Amino acid sequence: MADEKPKIRIATCSLAGCFGCHTSLLDIDERLFDLMEMVEFDRTPFTDIKHCGPCDIGIVEGGVSNAENARVLKEFRENCNVLVAIGSCAITGNVPALRNNIDLWDCFQEVYLYDSGTEGKQIPNDPELPLPFDKVYPIYEVVKVDYFLHGCPPPADAIWRFLTALIQGREPEIGYESLRYD
Amino acid sequence: MTSTITIDGKTVPFTEGQTIMDAALAAKVYIPHLCHDPEFKPHGSCKLCVVEANGRNVTSCTMPASPDMVVINDTPELNEDRRALVQMLFVEGNHICPACEATGNCQLQAAGYYLRMQSPHFMHFYPPRRVDASHPDIFLDLNRCILCELCVRASRDIDKKNVFGISGRGIDSHLAVNSESGRLGDTDMAVTDKAAHVCPTGAILIKRKGYTVPIGQRIFDQKTLREFHLEQQKRVESEDGPDGG
Ligand code: SF4
Ligand code: SF4
Ligand code: FES
Repeated sequence: MADEKPKIRIATCSLAGCFGCHTSLLDIDERLFDLMEMVEFDRTPFTDIKHCGPCDIGIVEGGVSNAENARVLKEFRENCNVLVAIGSCAITGNVPALRNNIDLWDCFQEVYLYDSGTEGKQIPNDPELPLPFDKVYPIYEVVKVDYFLHGCPPPADAIWRFLTALIQGREPEIGYESLRYD
Repeated sequence: MTSTITIDGKTVPFTEGQTIMDAALAAKVYIPHLCHDPEFKPHGSCKLCVVEANGRNVTSCTMPASPDMVVINDTPELNEDRRALVQMLFVEGNHICPACEATGNCQLQAAGYYLRMQSPHFMHFYPPRRVDASHPDIFLDLNRCILCELCVRASRDIDKKNVFGISGRGIDSHLAVNSESGRLGDTDMAVTDKAAHVCPTGAILIKRKGYTVPIGQRIFDQKTLREFHLEQQKRVESEDGPDGG
């Protein structure tokens, strides 16, 4: 039957970001019900699924700041037909990339050793912790990205318009008013 | 007698000594630009204003108009080149718009919007750049300098102070401050100087003024770069008097 057509599968993840883009996605409010009619979520912080399976659309928030981010991003690229960089961190590195001009070791010392309010000063060194990279990289510098949706974060309306176009197989149009780098 | 050129098929008059840019702006024909400001001598560094004139690519802000010149300006190809230039300006500096006080009032950002820059495309350089907070009223953040020399020209030609200059070559070019220490606080620059107010990006900021205008009410929330530049031209014309000075 026609209505048994498989739903569009979407995966999302947050790498070196602040979850602001995901929060903005949730800000589409009651339209979430419309969205759920059209799509099924695979890996995303909303489902807590840990690995991404084959998907139609992958949405990535945040840049690549450590080995775990790179692993997740590669898994997304391998599994998602269309990959979307959402928000300034995924597109330019944004605020996390402010550390890119500072030696990583100096950064660590500043954060974990020098601050007078820190107790039991030590630089975290647990095998569970992903290895940090020297720089924070925008995701298009690591994998091929199909679409970019700017903003810190992009407004809920822009996300909604963008997503519905993609889901309905239209080319998303980012109008002049929706193109904002901040 | 005034002569004419054509820009994208439109007849545009010019007088002896005017550049293609001068003639275009006076006729409200927009050629995108960043380092040009009708108040200052042209500099020709950003290359955004490159047009095809009689079959050759030239910077319209420095190229004198000549009779019957045929200029091609607003084409997908030229705008694509301009977009690539803006992308390069972004990745060659450290432009973190969401953390920048100039956001919404920044011409580089507005050029990105105007030219529909969807991604930075090139690899980011993340160059190490200096921040100078030594002046009591003016903040200098070289992370955002695009080397347009507007502050250099304003300080030299209008303030008569020569506070700024460009030093170094190629990718090492940078804005230098003309004091023994190299710090802005050790110059006689004043917050009332023209040079403190011409920066098209957030490289020169006035202290204690940040974020006073809410998002949504900033310059480029209200108008496009095109509208902004055409109004800038109008302002200069009215200052010069009705006959164009
Ligand atoms: S100067 Fe302009 S382009 Fe650069 S960070 Fe600031 S707002 Fe963005
Ligand atoms: S500080 Fe501003 S005005 Fe001066 S050269 Fe740099 S971008 Fe241009
Ligand atoms: S405006 Fe002509 S080169 Fe910059």
